[in-house]
Amino acid sequence: MFQIVRKEEMAKGTIIRFDIDAPKIAKKIKAGQFIILRVNETGERIPLTVADKDEFAGIITIIFQVVGKTTALMRTLNEGDVILDVVGPLGKPAEIEKTGTVVMVGGGTGVAILHHVAKAFKEAGNYVIGIIGAQEKEMLIMENEMISICDELVVTTDDGSYGERGFVTIPLGKYLDERYDIKLVYAIGPIVMMKNVCKLTKKYKILTMVSLNPIMIDGTGMCGGCRVKVGGETKFCCVDGPDFDGHKVDFDELEKRNSLYLKDEKDSLLYSIR
Amino acid sequence: MLEQDVRYLKYKTYLSFYCPHCKNTFNVERKHEKSLIFNAIYKKEDIVLKLSPFLDVFDIKASVPIKDGEILDDLLCPSCKKSIVNHKVKCKECGSKVGETIISAYAKLIPFYFCLKHGCEWHGISKEDEKKIKLKIPRQAMPEQDQKLRVDNFQEVPFGYTSELALLEAGRCLQCKNPKCVEGCPVNIDIPSFIALIAEEKFNEAAKKIKERNILPALCGRVCPQESQCEAKCILGIRDEPVSIGRLERFAADYERKMDMVEVPVIKNDTGKKIAVIGSGPGGLTVAADMRQLGYSVTVYEALHEAGGVLTYGIPEFRLPKSIVQFEIDYLKKMGCRVELNHIIGNIITIDELLEHFDAVYIGVGAGLPWFMGIEGENLGNVFSANEYLTRMNLMKAYRFPEYDTPMPKGNKVAVIGGGNVAMDCARTAIRTGATEVTIVYRRSRHELPARAEEVHHAEEEGIKFKLLTSPVKYIGTDFNTIKAMECIKMELGEPDASGRRRPVPIKDSNFTLECDMAIVAIGNGPNPIIFQSSPDIKRNKRGYIDVNEKTNETSKEFVYAGGDIVTGSATVILAMGAGRIAANAMHKKLSSIKKKK
Repeated sequence: MFQIVRKEEMAKGTIIRFDIDAPKIAKKIKAGQFIILRVNETGERIPLTVADKDEFAGIITIIFQVVGKTTALMRTLNEGDVILDVVGPLGKPAEIEKTGTVVMVGGGTGVAILHHVAKAFKEAGNYVIGIIGAQEKEMLIMENEMISICDELVVTTDDGSYGERGFVTIPLGKYLDERYDIKLVYAIGPIVMMKNVCKLTKKYKILTMVSLNPIMIDGTGMCGGCRVKVGGETKFCCVDGPDFDGHKVDFDELEKRNSLYLKDEKDSLLYSIR
Repeated sequence: MLEQDVRYLKYKTYLSFYCPHCKNTFNVERKHEKSLIFNAIYKKEDIVLKLSPFLDVFDIKASVPIKDGEILDDLLCPSCKKSIVNHKVKCKECGSKVGETIISAYAKLIPFYFCLKHGCEWHGISKEDEKKIKLKIPRQAMPEQDQKLRVDNFQEVPFGYTSELALLEAGRCLQCKNPKCVEGCPVNIDIPSFIALIAEEKFNEAAKKIKERNILPALCGRVCPQESQCEAKCILGIRDEPVSIGRLERFAADYERKMDMVEVPVIKNDTGKKIAVIGSGPGGLTVAADMRQLGYSVTVYEALHEAGGVLTYGIPEFRLPKSIVQFEIDYLKKMGCRVELNHIIGNIITIDELLEHFDAVYIGVGAGLPWFMGIEGENLGNVFSANEYLTRMNLMKAYRFPEYDTPMPKGNKVAVIGGGNVAMDCARTAIRTGATEVTIVYRRSRHELPARAEEVHHAEEEGIKFKLLTSPVKYIGTDFNTIKAMECIKMELGEPDASGRRRPVPIKDSNFTLECDMAIVAIGNGPNPIIFQSSPDIKRNKRGYIDVNEKTNETSKEFVYAGGDIVTGSATVILAMGAGRIAANAMHKKLSSIKKKK
């Protein structure tokens, strides 16, 4: 049993932040790694990349968007409630090293995970440029945290209600044109965003890492449900990832695989409402 | 009338007692009697004599009181009223008079003498004749769920023996002096002894006897490939069918559990030493139970949210009810073992960290990384690894979706690639969840199918088709990126390969298309890398499995032991248990020779 010690609603209540009391995991988990949780006895196992941790307080932070049955159920949980199972840390941690200038690109809920990785890059002594985007002003999350981490930060919104208007690829393109010292781009967000970022950086031949979120069950390499094609090879996201070289990832296949259970997800949500 | 009753009556007619004079039968028809009965007249009163299936233990019911040691020298045939006392033969134990009847077993008439002194158990059937009779008792089948019914539910298929059937089956055992079956068992269960106990109706003692060597008899009775182990060595199998050792093992264990007679074994004095077991599958459970009994404090770590390993996530409910697995885990907890769920060793705690707190570590993590064939279209929707399919169904209970949240993979025409037990499990699960056509695609021939004979038999009964000597070369997808067909190629058998089985060779230009909207790849598993990422010092072989000292199962890292699939590659439950036993013995030997480390 894992207790929720803090709950925060963001982006009009569509994105939720939980601080969970899990001292053993907090001690070991690194940026880029994820956990799998199961809310109750009949629940499914869902993977969530950890957005932050506090080793001394024994707390891990997860931030998730309400999209399906499980996340909708989790939204109803409050401080003091418990989650039945939390397993972790899973996956390989992000490879953090001092490379010089790195650009961290995040969209939607991806910013939550991105800020954890960005923090690690900053702590390693890199010059960190942040580009974060959302659909509109209210949907933007963790701006303050990113400001405190990044040396430079650009905010975009699709409708122009805040920051620059348009997608994150526009300011990214500018940076890539202007700065020649960019060694690495880290992109975390919706599949479409990561795909477009990779398309762009490929022209400049700049290493781009992405964090993938395919369908998973056990998260320990046992089921193979999370297989993604990377550089023509099938990789298991849970043990080989979740971070991969974005230029090699077959995003189209990932997108199709992730939409396999859309109907079931809807059925499951409807069933729980009824 | 129940099926088992019919069988019982049939058995009675096979083995009846006749009067040596008028050839009328002495048998009385009686339902639900566990022994053979014949009636006679003694001192002008009716008397009923009871014999066990071994034809030896006497019990007498009579209206006149019969004292111990009394000689029943006035025994008459109930039909012709002639004396059945034979004056030519004497009891070989006490020298008293003997009675004579004739046994008919399968149209063979054999004279049968029995001592008339009450209390003397001598019976005068020659060993040769006794063997003949035992040979004539047919191998008893287990009553099971009707095949038409069971394809719609997840309840266990065989019901198990009733006591009557178990007695009959136990009566078939020849009690060889030099039993070959024991050699065939990877954990060397004293098979003749436990069968003898069953025959004596000491079912509980029989279960205890098995548990001396095997802590999970209810599981092994269900999932062991007996036909290639103990039963393969049974002497009866040469001329007839072997004794159903597995079914008897299952019977004894189930009896003990159902009667609530399972007792926690005696735990030796605390040694003060601690053991960590990684993985709560069959091997891990064996090590845990053995070491706990020897007085060690044991902690079992499991990565998933339920203990049991492959017994929980892999083997379906209809083959091994999860309540039984849970019972065994609870039993372990009652013994005092700690079970820590949701712990992925290597990530949350490394082996080195474990060694700081524990005196020895056992790695029984199994082979948990599914293999794919690496052919085109493998990442299409509705192409699953057997692990994913079975985990969804068994561990996550997807077959009860949407009551349980995990979506159930659905398919009408399902192709299962592979011929092992896992393939059979997938196929039979698919047919239970609404598939109209399930085909097993296997590259070798029927003879090489690695699955248990019973599973293949059940699968066939349930209407699963077998496409043998066939291998997929490509999966073909729809516009929506889900599978719609599979291109296959025919195979023929060539020269034997390293495993001794004949290597399948593709036949040129024999490609054909098999329509299917779901494919399950059940071709085996490789070693999972997680545990080794933090422990590179554990030596592994070329295939990635752990190298161990065969005698002790110790790895290249001192105090770290390993066994089961992570050493051998995909194998069976009982082999994992055997490996666990070897490691436990070696661990105990090593740890008792050194002083407390921590």
